[in-house]
Amino acid sequence: MIRLEKRPTPSRAWTYATPVLAVALTMLAGGLMFAALGKNPFLAIKTIFYDPILGEFAFYYRGQLLVKAGPLILIAVGLAMGFKAGIWNIGAEGQYIMGAIFGAAVGLAFYPAEHWYIFPLMVIAGAIGGLLWAMIPALLKVKFNTNEILVSLLLVYVAEQLLAAMALGALRNPDATGFPGSRNLQQYPAASNPEIWAGTGIHMGVVAALIAVIFAYILLSRHLMGFHIQLAGQSPKAARFGGVNPTALVVFCMGLSGALAGLAGMFEVTGPAGQIAISFNSGYGFTAIIVAFLGRLHPIGILLAGLLMALTYIGGEAAQATLQIPAAAIQAFQGMLLFFLLGVDVLSNYRIRLVKEGVA
Amino acid sequence: MNFKTLLAGTALALGLAGAAAAEGPVKAGFIYVGPRNDGGWSQHHHEAAVEMIEHFGGAVELVEQESVPEGPDAERAMTQMALGGADVIFTTSFGFMDPTINVAAKFPDVKFEHATGYKTADNVGVYSARFYEGRAVQGYLAGKMTKTNKIGYIGSFPIPEVIRGINASFLHAKKVNPDVEMSVIWINTWFDPAKEADAAQAMIDQGIDVVLQHTDSTAPQIAAQKAGNVYTFGQAADMAEFAPMPRISSIIDVWAPYYIERVQAVLDGTWESDNTWDGIGAGMVGIGEISDAVPADIKAEAEALRDSIASGEFHPFTGPINKQDGSVWLAEGEVADDGTLAGMNFYVEGLTGEIPQ
Repeated sequence: MIRLEKRPTPSRAWTYATPVLAVALTMLAGGLMFAALGKNPFLAIKTIFYDPILGEFAFYYRGQLLVKAGPLILIAVGLAMGFKAGIWNIGAEGQYIMGAIFGAAVGLAFYPAEHWYIFPLMVIAGAIGGLLWAMIPALLKVKFNTNEILVSLLLVYVAEQLLAAMALGALRNPDATGFPGSRNLQQYPAASNPEIWAGTGIHMGVVAALIAVIFAYILLSRHLMGFHIQLAGQSPKAARFGGVNPTALVVFCMGLSGALAGLAGMFEVTGPAGQIAISFNSGYGFTAIIVAFLGRLHPIGILLAGLLMALTYIGGEAAQATLQIPAAAIQAFQGMLLFFLLGVDVLSNYRIRLVKEGVA
Repeated sequence: MNFKTLLAGTALALGLAGAAAAEGPVKAGFIYVGPRNDGGWSQHHHEAAVEMIEHFGGAVELVEQESVPEGPDAERAMTQMALGGADVIFTTSFGFMDPTINVAAKFPDVKFEHATGYKTADNVGVYSARFYEGRAVQGYLAGKMTKTNKIGYIGSFPIPEVIRGINASFLHAKKVNPDVEMSVIWINTWFDPAKEADAAQAMIDQGIDVVLQHTDSTAPQIAAQKAGNVYTFGQAADMAEFAPMPRISSIIDVWAPYYIERVQAVLDGTWESDNTWDGIGAGMVGIGEISDAVPADIKAEAEALRDSIASGEFHPFTGPINKQDGSVWLAEGEVADDGTLAGMNFYVEGLTGEIPQ
């Protein structure tokens, strides 16, 4: 008989080992799934995990990894702060959309002027857009004790409607007769966020993600607010005695995650996406939740998890294109990653004991 | 990371991609917005692609990518194919337009064919079908078959292609049934079975008994089948599995001959950027079998309408037609020009509601 015994404190070794184990198990189970689909599992795993980094066209894919990982990391770092403190912002996708709308709107308001300060203003507007959208669930929580999970999630769908309204109305490109979508910011230099070095995929959003990782690391390890966040998550009661103001904590964590998600949206709309369009958002805000947990809510972990998640996207697309593996199988593969991570998590919190029947 | 190596690598691979085109089988890439088994639009492109491959035997190789979101992800999917040695890439959704133009600029030796867009380049051609011709036939059938005089239209994105379809079907429904009213629900997606089903159900709950769709899945058909006394039309694919009820006819997109012709041109080295917009007459739009649920005389009339459009004798947009605000669009006997149709952003008289803007 197998028995689970709770560890007094989570095992440090397993905390580091479980993500690696989860990836290994995902490869195994995913390989079986690809084999069942009649594909060569080794080739499929190689295409997903190896080719984008070291394969023939890696020079292109490496850049794309950063393009994909940038917004995931930027959003996940913010979310992790709240998650650590037990504040659940599930609506980053909506804050990402609002950041893009605010940022793009400020830029388009200046069109076609060329001033150095336009882009910085857009960055600020993007952060404010995300922050304000996150303040709705935050203030409702502190004033009326509503559930921030539900409110923030449902506001995603409101944001999507606003996005469509903007693409069709206020921000629509006046020169594109009859077609929805804003002007393409890639063609408006003062408001665009191109690659800093051509071909590398590194744009301002990727740089911002790295900066966010560093700041989050310092905040958590060196700053009093970081201590409050950890304390509130581990022991709310102790936090209260320790002088943590729960209202301030909710506002801070929701505001920070909203602002970072807004920034991610702003950098995306001015960079890789280029325009406010009805189908602008593609799920970064939701995937970032997985990234945050995959990275153990730790800034460095999130950095690695974001890159890994991006790898499964890029590699998954490559496997689709070269091996004709269906898109749904790739999604199932990504799902397995989270499934196994949560599954093997039990090892860091519990000890497995083999016990003989009837003894114990 | 060493940026210089990266850049050198880019230049090298671009050269390689160009060189690869000369040898081995021609590689034809297809990018779909939905899954290749969506039952409608994407599946039909996929089936046409397979038909094209079979036509050429071993001379052409097929690469496909499905469920590609419209946006930066599409750009990567296309780049991936171009790097992988594709000689011609068909991008089969309106929202792939800007990504296609961007990627085409980076791969001057690769040919691109974008469906339903309007931006071309030296190595980007566009192709679409005159779906509005089929919509006229559907509108006729809808006007005749409705008992509640309420018909519904599930709109995807408010772009000219979709607005043309709404106008064409409404005009022809109204012509044979002056009491008819049309409701449009915009769902802002091409493929989302849940949203499509919700829209259809909302219409059915309002007493609408003919549902037209400009979306890609069969979800509206399923909703109508459950309701029992609602008529629908196959969209992009015949959707014959829902005949004779609720599906009473369909618009079938016939892409295979075009794909064969264009890939042949790539094989021959004669490919040039084009702007193809064909209808029933040229065989790009097919009208699916009108089912037994439709009385014989109505069926015969609908087929006569189809044939007169096919022969070019009748244009679905022939005046007098007023715009929604009552101003004159086409005078008596006047026929719409392609330019106006391509950028159509207004409703015709009698339609209620507004185009979202």
